[in-house]
Amino acid sequence: MEKVLLSGNEAIARGAYEYGVTVAAAYPGTPSTEILENIAKYKDDIYCEWSTNEKVAMEVAIGAAFGGARVLVAMKHVGLNVAADPFMTLSYTGVNGGLVIVVADDPSMHSSQNEQDSRQYARFGKVPILEPSDSQEAKDFMGKALEISEKFDTPVLLRSTMRISHSKTVVELGARGEFPQPEKFERKPDKFVMIPAHARKRHVDVEERIKKLKEFAEKTELNKIEFNDSKIGIITAGISYQYVKEVLPQASIFKLGLSYPLPENRIKGFAKKVETLYVVEELDPFLEEQIRAMGIEVIGKDRLPLLYELDQGILREKLLGQTYPEPVDMENIQLPARPPALCPGCPHRGVFYILKKLGLVVTGDIGCYTLGVVAPLSAMDTTVCMGASVGMAFGLELALKDKIKGKVVGVIGDSTFIHSGITGLIDIVYNKGVSTIIILDNRTTGMTGHQDNPGTGRTLMGEETHQLDLAKLCKSIGIKHENVRVINPYDLQETMQAIQEEVIKLEPSVIITNQPCVLIEKGKAWDKYQVDEEKCRNCGMCFKVGCPAIYRDGDKAKINEIFCVGCSVCEQVCKFDAIKKAGDES
Amino acid sequence: MKKMVNIMLVGVGGQGVLLASELICRVALKSGYDVKKSEVHGMAQRGGSVVSNVRIGEKIYSPLIARGETDILLAFEQMEALRWINYLKKDGVAIVNEQKIMPLFVAIGRGEYPKRTFEFIAKKTDKIVRLDALELARKAGHHKAANVVMVGALSNYLDVDEETWKKTVEEIVPPKTLKINLKAFELGRKTV
Repeated sequence: MEKVLLSGNEAIARGAYEYGVTVAAAYPGTPSTEILENIAKYKDDIYCEWSTNEKVAMEVAIGAAFGGARVLVAMKHVGLNVAADPFMTLSYTGVNGGLVIVVADDPSMHSSQNEQDSRQYARFGKVPILEPSDSQEAKDFMGKALEISEKFDTPVLLRSTMRISHSKTVVELGARGEFPQPEKFERKPDKFVMIPAHARKRHVDVEERIKKLKEFAEKTELNKIEFNDSKIGIITAGISYQYVKEVLPQASIFKLGLSYPLPENRIKGFAKKVETLYVVEELDPFLEEQIRAMGIEVIGKDRLPLLYELDQGILREKLLGQTYPEPVDMENIQLPARPPALCPGCPHRGVFYILKKLGLVVTGDIGCYTLGVVAPLSAMDTTVCMGASVGMAFGLELALKDKIKGKVVGVIGDSTFIHSGITGLIDIVYNKGVSTIIILDNRTTGMTGHQDNPGTGRTLMGEETHQLDLAKLCKSIGIKHENVRVINPYDLQETMQAIQEEVIKLEPSVIITNQPCVLIEKGKAWDKYQVDEEKCRNCGMCFKVGCPAIYRDGDKAKINEIFCVGCSVCEQVCKFDAIKKAGDES
Repeated sequence: MKKMVNIMLVGVGGQGVLLASELICRVALKSGYDVKKSEVHGMAQRGGSVVSNVRIGEKIYSPLIARGETDILLAFEQMEALRWINYLKKDGVAIVNEQKIMPLFVAIGRGEYPKRTFEFIAKKTDKIVRLDALELARKAGHHKAANVVMVGALSNYLDVDEETWKKTVEEIVPPKTLKINLKAFELGRKTV
């Protein structure tokens, strides 16, 4: 068969295709997003959807698996927290058709708010977990995971990390296999209806299942011993295996493809055959603690870091005592950082400029607009998780009452609001809060790369669908009609006025911005702006909007003509009328 | 390529770094090598630093290049070359586009762009190739082809025939831009 370079995410999607998945659901989140985007290429064979959040994705997946389909559900590590409720009880019900939960961790937090080690969920939920170490395994393990799921009547976690999901390695493609299709739903209330009486019995089955999975772990080829020199033995899994192979090619290696439950007998046997035993894993001592609990002495987190990603350099340093080459003497020169910034023309810029100007406390959320925290905008005070801005704005008001009334707003994107901001807003209305929430509706899921959501009117499979009307929704849950304002965020005066008027009200309000992401509206025929050097007094006001297109050249501001998209925000903040549309004679 | 070659591509979001690394990987795969590449997505399109690790050889394990392991540093921007210089091997090859892109803080006068970039790079290696990829791309027909100019310069260091490079360029770029990109590749290749 053909050999191609695939990212781990592309390979997982390909695996779903080859191994007969017919339903797939996810909410986008780096580094997992491309799994469903690639499954959409097989939409003739696989129904796929962007769900409103990970919990819903999980529930759609569970329903499909109960119905007998082979199913994939994908999410980033923190998404599994959102889906943890159905996940934990799914462990009790088991499945019918195979159900694989792909969870993509982000060690080093390249694009996440924490670096939790999702392998802990396997132990917590008493569910097996597979860890591929490259794209070929990502594809193959997808098939193995479905098999295990059906054989042992269990959901299976397939855990990727950013370096698996976003690295490309060689994969041999196969054809889509033939798998039996379900004919009807078989009622099994004692298995599918988790009332206490049924759940008590199912818990017994869960414990029996994990015993059987331990026996399976002893035999399966997913766990492989590569026996070499007996001086050093290494137990490892996932991407860490690659670093070990690179640094210690002569060592004996026990590579765990199934990293929960562990094959205790084989590990004990392996430990006996080697002089020194190491456990090499990223983040938590997940394998290490279990192996120590078997009474085996290992070297692990006492030598290797608990934080961030590993690489072969770190292993050479920590295991072999090798040092890095001498760094270049930079003579104390610090290189300026190059953090990501809101794009030129981003509709969020004006809102954050005004929030900063008004000195408001801003509870923030997860998305492009979290970049509102970066200087010079510096207009965000909290960010915790998806949807949190809404409840947190209310909570701050409860804590500080009159001392903060009129001084706090919650800021949330459209996709994030639909994901889990709605319930927070209903809570405010129900509990008589008076918070002001700004929904930055840019008509897409921006940060993860422009995925559709219920507000865009299109599905992942490219079909037109009902478009959720956020203003109507807010009104329907009890925000008074006059307190739901739709504004143009490029108009700073309108934006400021709306915010000022709403925050002082003793009722809850919602302000919705109505301009799409500038990256999806590239055809926008706006005139670019330029600086009239005669009029520019170098006051620095235009720098405060934090636009990548504006720079200082000597004692004047200038606008980069390639970057500028003509949003006019800088023109509105200039006090000297020095910023004009290019071509305008003044 | 008897030995493994580690290529680190560094630049700024929007410069086409990821397309360049894709091109190199496909060429290597076609020429019968094992290839791995790893990069950070997500932040790339928002003007942040972009890094792509490409490793080519008989058998590759880690998709990452560790500090001091890079054979060829392909830098699309001067300061980014300096930021990653310690990933280059002593006396490795540094191919550096002379273009400077000011980070936001520097642009608004709250930081200074380093002045002696090439002097510092020379402390690590004397194998430096300087080129004005932007100008060469304009000559080829469009400033956006600067990434293919960079790949052209790199192509001199890999044991792959020119035909394979050109065929792969053809596969990967939009058909409308093929002529410009092939010209850009040639101009880049001639700089070394």
